[in-house]
Amino acid sequence: MKGMASIVKKGLFIFLVSFAVISGGSNAKAFTNQVIQRGAVGDDVIELQARLQNIGYYRGRIDGVFGWGTYWALRNFQKAYRLPIDGLAGTTTKNKLADASNFNRAFVHEQIRKGNEFTYYGGTPIEKQIKTKPAGAKKRAPKSPGRKVNKAATNSPAGFSQNDIQLLANAVYGESRGEPYIGQVAVAAVILNRLESPVFPHSVSGVIFEPGAFTAVADGQIWLTPNERAKEAVIDAINGWDPTGNALYYFNPDTATSKWIWSRPQIKKIGKHIFCE
Amino acid sequence: MLRSILIVVLVLAVAGTGYWGYQEHQEKNAILVNSENNYQRAFHDLSYQVDLLHDKIGTSLAMNSRKSLSPALADVWRISSEANMDVGQLPLSLMAFNKTEEFLSNIGSFSYKTAVRDLDKEPLTDKEYKNLQSLYKQSNIIQNELRKVQYLVLKNNLRWMDVELALASGDEQQDNTIIDGFKTVENKSVGYSEKSDFDPTFTSMNKRENNFEHIKGKQISKREAAAIAKKYTGLQGNIKTKVESNGKGSDFEFYSVSLSDNQTKSQVNMDITKKGGYPIWLINTRDVNTTKISLNKASNSAAKFLKDNGFSSLELYESAQYDNVGVFNFVTNQDGVRIYPDSIRVKIALDNGKVIGFSADDYLKGHRERKIEKADLSVQEAKANINPKVQIMEDRLAYITNDTGDEVLCREFLGVIGEDTYRIFINAKSGQEEKVEKLQNAEPIYEQMI
Repeated sequence: MKGMASIVKKGLFIFLVSFAVISGGSNAKAFTNQVIQRGAVGDDVIELQARLQNIGYYRGRIDGVFGWGTYWALRNFQKAYRLPIDGLAGTTTKNKLADASNFNRAFVHEQIRKGNEFTYYGGTPIEKQIKTKPAGAKKRAPKSPGRKVNKAATNSPAGFSQNDIQLLANAVYGESRGEPYIGQVAVAAVILNRLESPVFPHSVSGVIFEPGAFTAVADGQIWLTPNERAKEAVIDAINGWDPTGNALYYFNPDTATSKWIWSRPQIKKIGKHIFCE
Repeated sequence: MLRSILIVVLVLAVAGTGYWGYQEHQEKNAILVNSENNYQRAFHDLSYQVDLLHDKIGTSLAMNSRKSLSPALADVWRISSEANMDVGQLPLSLMAFNKTEEFLSNIGSFSYKTAVRDLDKEPLTDKEYKNLQSLYKQSNIIQNELRKVQYLVLKNNLRWMDVELALASGDEQQDNTIIDGFKTVENKSVGYSEKSDFDPTFTSMNKRENNFEHIKGKQISKREAAAIAKKYTGLQGNIKTKVESNGKGSDFEFYSVSLSDNQTKSQVNMDITKKGGYPIWLINTRDVNTTKISLNKASNSAAKFLKDNGFSSLELYESAQYDNVGVFNFVTNQDGVRIYPDSIRVKIALDNGKVIGFSADDYLKGHRERKIEKADLSVQEAKANINPKVQIMEDRLAYITNDTGDEVLCREFLGVIGEDTYRIFINAKSGQEEKVEKLQNAEPIYEQMI
């Protein structure tokens, strides 16, 4: 009898272990093993948002950007499932979430790829939750080569839209495309310093298009298509990098024609440009 | 025969070229006239707004009741901002016209601050009234000068395009009535801004803290600066180092260090304060093409980097991923109170988790030993001052810099209305709503929506 009991116990143990392995395996397949935190982008965030929406915690757009909406949804989920409330999707949270919800990867990714408006609530057939774009809309070109992350939205620094950033990148590229990277960050920083200064216009476009302020605007080079690097420089400058020491002006000593600009107190030289107060 | 055909062809060619040239000329003229008109509109509008400004300040001087004074001051604020916008549209950026612009912006912030104040409880002080009087006098002078210029422009049909050309060519010797007129306006404004005394909170609004007065330590040499830069970047071996001192125009003293490593093709630039050798910012220029580690791991390595370099008691409060880099914003946390003016940003490459950017500008300007005050209001009392429609999710104590440039202890609340998240700061002493921010939502990629 004793042997029998131990066999049963063993069997039960094996059964439980294999169960754990199977369910663990399916969880591992669900998310990659990263801890997802606010600000992250990518496939794991899409899955997180879809799963949270599936069980009714997330009501925003499934866009692959871990913003505040996703953060509160995750915290509410953690609270309801008695997990430590930290707003981070770690292993335990991800496993709990994967057990509680379902996720149709192919469906969700297809909708995002096509740019459809859709939701992913449980209890309603998913086909009914798609709002396809109007027939007149032009079909999106196949994935642009530069994009590596699958997402339908993007992080942007507070107070600046993607279009503002594009306009700044245009100006930076037109003014300083031959300069080293920090020279480009510096030009972007000067534009931003002007935004804060009382003696300049108070909008990005006002500063950039002020007559005579930038040669690239005057000769039309601002309309060249900027590269990614110029955009990166702009984002760095917006996020608080200022290589110029609070400069408001800069000029190229080889080509500057105005005598007045030489009278400004100079702070430093980066690449070909001299930056001044 | 051949000859006459040739003649006909040539005549046609000459006539054609002539016609084409004439058309080009017409088109060019049309565009010139168009730009000239834009400048003229901005100029005459400026002079009109300054007229209006002067009148409005004049009437507000005679007003007593809050009911009429507040709207009048709000009007002054609006007009000064429009006048400033007009200045921004004139081709004056190559000459000194800052003082006038500063004057306009000073009027703006003064009138705004007084317009939004409850003037029943806090009427204009004698000093503020004097301020208003001196603004009135000053705007009168500027108005007169501008009118003079305007008169000459109209009388002699002066063109702004000539101003632009004169300024661009740097040939300021030549006689240009408009430039001279504006120089006079500027000179009179200089006189004003030097003698005017706005109250101290007023200047702090315009003038950011531009120096690192709180930092301590001894002066370092160029060699020490290079060693510090190497320590921060972890670069070793055959590295080309260049250290330069700041120019004369800087508000503070610093070294600019550049390190280039030929093997890895990476280039690091860094500014270090001369006093104490603190890093102001660092940028490592290299391409990051893949994402291999998570934002969370990156934030841990950012925190470790700060700790290793002696920046203690910092707390991560914002993180964001831009393509293959993570940007992290840390603030000081002293005794459980967040100190927002002390912020440090770190940029981590998500391919190897190494630091590729660092900015401690705000931290070095703001950080000092603070005595943390006691909050007079409890969380519940502070909550009572918040719009009941906001669903509160989180709360903590924090120091922020408020509208008037003062550092105040606040109870910070994170709350939600619908899909939007708000950060609300309630003064922990007075219960006043110091600041309400709507936090940025992710922005859709429009390329996919069209």
